[in-house]
Amino acid sequence: MKRNTKIKIAYISVYIFFLIISFMFEFNPGKVIGYNFISFLVYMLKILPCAFILIGLFEVWVKKEVIEKYLGEESGIKGYSLVILLAGTIAGGLLVAFPVTYSLYNKGAKLSIVFTYIGAAAICRIPMTLYEASFMGVKFTAIRLLISLPLVIITSILLGEYLTKRNYKMAEDK
Amino acid sequence: MYYTYAITGLILLISFIINKEKTIKAIKIATVKFKKIFPTFITMLIFISIILFLFPDEVILNYMGNNSKFISVLLASFLGSITLMPGFVAFPLCGILLTKGVPYMVLSAFTTTLMMVGIITFPIEKEYFGVKVTIIRNIISFFIALIVAVITGIFFGEIFR
Repeated sequence: MKRNTKIKIAYISVYIFFLIISFMFEFNPGKVIGYNFISFLVYMLKILPCAFILIGLFEVWVKKEVIEKYLGEESGIKGYSLVILLAGTIAGGLLVAFPVTYSLYNKGAKLSIVFTYIGAAAICRIPMTLYEASFMGVKFTAIRLLISLPLVIITSILLGEYLTKRNYKMAEDK
Repeated sequence: MYYTYAITGLILLISFIINKEKTIKAIKIATVKFKKIFPTFITMLIFISIILFLFPDEVILNYMGNNSKFISVLLASFLGSITLMPGFVAFPLCGILLTKGVPYMVLSAFTTTLMMVGIITFPIEKEYFGVKVTIIRNIISFFIALIVAVITGIFFGEIFR
């Protein structure tokens, strides 16, 4: 077993032990933390299986050449539009975006496209945007999108180019 | 949520009808990837559970309404960066804050950092992108949120009031 894994097991055990003790002795902060943990765990377990199944299907069905053609080095404005549309329709926000972009990257998408996907997944998922507008008003949501989306694309291009020059590679085998 | 399940189920079914072996392989890939990242997810959930205990909704509510606009924007972006809330919780909360007189620009800073900056999701992001790039991306996102907040303030006429 790797050292890292051992550390993880150690603090997860300490944490669970703390929760059990808190519930046994009616220690309130510990109980609140416990309820927070459980409610978020349930939330995650609702989203993640779908996300990972879709990623699995993507890996077996989508050919590398297709991604390279539409989202690779040669892709222009169309690539950015396509990736924003893709990010806008996939649920789950940042957490799901990381493994998704990892698959995109390994299939040949360029870095600026990867970062644009992450930004867009955070700010302009279509269902979330509609929900937001119903609480905050269309004007608020429209301003937020019209300002942040171009900024996301520009910074993604800059960051992508900077990292490509430095021969940056995403982590292997995740 | 059920919508996502329905679509995933449908795609899985179509894939299965077209090619059984490929679909089984896809599910295997999904399981392996999920297992690899799962301990990191648990780590993140531990962080979240503690941070939400330290910064419950009422505290967030208090801090964002009671200061000068610019301090509120900074505080809101700070709070948005360290907390993680699903949108279906965050937007109703912002709706409430709006009726309590919190300016649009403060809420814009809060929601944008909430969605784009993830100090809590750091352990996961780092697994895929490495420490350095994760830090750079989050800092960039933080500034994007500030710019968006200022421009929101201009459009709603809040900034010069």
